[in-house]
Amino acid sequence: MATQLLQDKDRIFTNLFGHHDAGLDGAKQRGCWNGTKEILEQGRDWIIDQMKASGLRGRGGAGFPTGLKWSFMPKEVGARPHYLVVNADESEPGTCKDREIMRHDPHLLIEGCLIASFSMQAHACYIYLRGEYVTERLAMEKAVKEAYEAKLIGDDNIHGWPFHVYIHHGAGAYICGEETALLESLEGKKGQPRLKPPFPANAGLYGCPTTVNNVESIAVAGTILRRGADWFASFGRERNVGTKIFSISGHVNNPCNVEEAMSIPMKTLIETHAGGVRGGWDNLKAVIPGGSSVSLLPKDICDDVLMDFDALSAHKSGLGTAAVIVMDKSTDVVKAIARISYFYRHESCGQCTPCREGTGWMWRVLTRMAAGESTIEEIDMLLDVAGQVEGHTICALGDAAAWPVQGLIRHFRSEIEDRINNYRAGKPVFVSQVAAE
Amino acid sequence: MSVRRLAKEQPESFAFNKKSEAEIKFWLAKYPEAKKASAVIPMLWIAQKQEGWVSEPAIREIANRLEMPYIRVYEVATFYTMFNLEPVGTHLIQVCGTTPCMLRGSDELIDVCKKRIGKPHEISADGKFTWVEVECMGACANAPMIQLANPDGDHYIEDLDGAKLEALMDDLAAGKTVKYGPQSDRNASEPHGTKVLTDPSLYDGSRAKKIKLPNTAKPETSKAEG
Repeated sequence: MATQLLQDKDRIFTNLFGHHDAGLDGAKQRGCWNGTKEILEQGRDWIIDQMKASGLRGRGGAGFPTGLKWSFMPKEVGARPHYLVVNADESEPGTCKDREIMRHDPHLLIEGCLIASFSMQAHACYIYLRGEYVTERLAMEKAVKEAYEAKLIGDDNIHGWPFHVYIHHGAGAYICGEETALLESLEGKKGQPRLKPPFPANAGLYGCPTTVNNVESIAVAGTILRRGADWFASFGRERNVGTKIFSISGHVNNPCNVEEAMSIPMKTLIETHAGGVRGGWDNLKAVIPGGSSVSLLPKDICDDVLMDFDALSAHKSGLGTAAVIVMDKSTDVVKAIARISYFYRHESCGQCTPCREGTGWMWRVLTRMAAGESTIEEIDMLLDVAGQVEGHTICALGDAAAWPVQGLIRHFRSEIEDRINNYRAGKPVFVSQVAAE
Repeated sequence: MSVRRLAKEQPESFAFNKKSEAEIKFWLAKYPEAKKASAVIPMLWIAQKQEGWVSEPAIREIANRLEMPYIRVYEVATFYTMFNLEPVGTHLIQVCGTTPCMLRGSDELIDVCKKRIGKPHEISADGKFTWVEVECMGACANAPMIQLANPDGDHYIEDLDGAKLEALMDDLAAGKTVKYGPQSDRNASEPHGTKVLTDPSLYDGSRAKKIKLPNTAKPETSKAEG
């Protein structure tokens, strides 16, 4: 089956690689801020209906329909102002797409903020960047300044909707990518997730109605409305439509970010854009298809799986942020997942006991398993503990810590067993396979 | 979770300098007056940029400015791992060690740091370097990478290997300027020899021409309000 690759004319992020001017003039030349006033003139309901019709699902990991999320905001503004908060705390291991939007196409994001805020009757928007993104923060500040000076935003702007954008930053906490932790952090507290309900649409930032969206979800809004919901919906499979930035890292010849159509076969994505797996496709061992939180997939599934929400969840994995982490046959896959467990142990906020204690426990056991220094029974015990962390915490970090471990045992249990047996027999526990070519 | 404590040895006092005061003014203007605690992370960051680390007197000063209890600022300073709670060398090398970087050789970078500098968090004998291993910094398509924090700012240095990091540290130690960003022939995270985003019509201004919005046939339900 020949796959239709996305053509340049249908790419939204036309300066993804930073080869062109990221400033306002360059952005306008590429079509940003074109017809924004007309879009707002169509009214709030039209915007939300079009966003719903486009089929856009949130690009931050959970895949919740963006238009629907916008419609959850109160219809009338009461005593409390409405806020839009953009989640630019991109921290999911493997994910590096929002960074490129913010440093190379910041005006698409600002335009999207205006459109989204207008549709939700918000006059202020905070963009929360992770603290490490200092260069990106300065790029965003520069773009916001340009937009104010050109009266695209501000109290008295050409679009007729008083609107302010504020850039905010964190200081190194993965958990602040969780929307309520992000709001806590933005209010000047530790980033510990809140219980829901109340949902942010009722009580979010400063207790006011708030919508939190990922950078990519907001930045595509302007182009979707300019080119039509049906245009966006023409890519990918039903319920999984649109274009999407894929971040491809790990053992490929050319790691990269690239915007492609949803539902592209994983193999086509890797071979067309990332120069293929190091040592050829047959040298593939496993792929984490959606950032570190989702389960890894062994090669036989990768051979024909499609990159979309439904296809990947059918294999008990997920599209997540579409961060494709490729591992070739030289990979010590137990160690690779143990390192992910270390990450979650480090990033657990400490609020819920199953996560605070469980992440450390899983990491310690996996570290011993990577060295073969455990027992066969401990594999099932690990699976049991992972299941007790999953779903028993306030936020999804507990789930995110459990899923990679469960995926490892599901697909590579025999490898862990071999290791334990080798260790007991005094043989080397892990021998890296080098590519045949 | 990571357990972090303030340094044992603390300075007598802390005061923001003029440059920092200007930045504080810029940040405080972003939040409603009654919600100025929102500026706590930016202010801790400004203090760190001024002194190189966050001391207890700085925490107290920020708490006073933002009318927050000391303990709340202390909580924030110890929760967020980018705050250095102890002094660091002139060049702070933060090596990403999470799986995507590990797959591409971050262990090699860590070995170089151990050999050249010593233990993590400790300042090298010449006072110039400190290194730490950090978690994913969101540059996975340019792995392995470090973030270099020094008086010149905070910069990602990507597409590294052990030899390149050694050469970089030689240059830093000699006071030379170094190249930030990818240490390969790439501009950012594009694939080598990319065939993507090459259509000239994307950049010739044809996208900036007046357009007619699609799907607007339906009667307008509500007008833009001022």
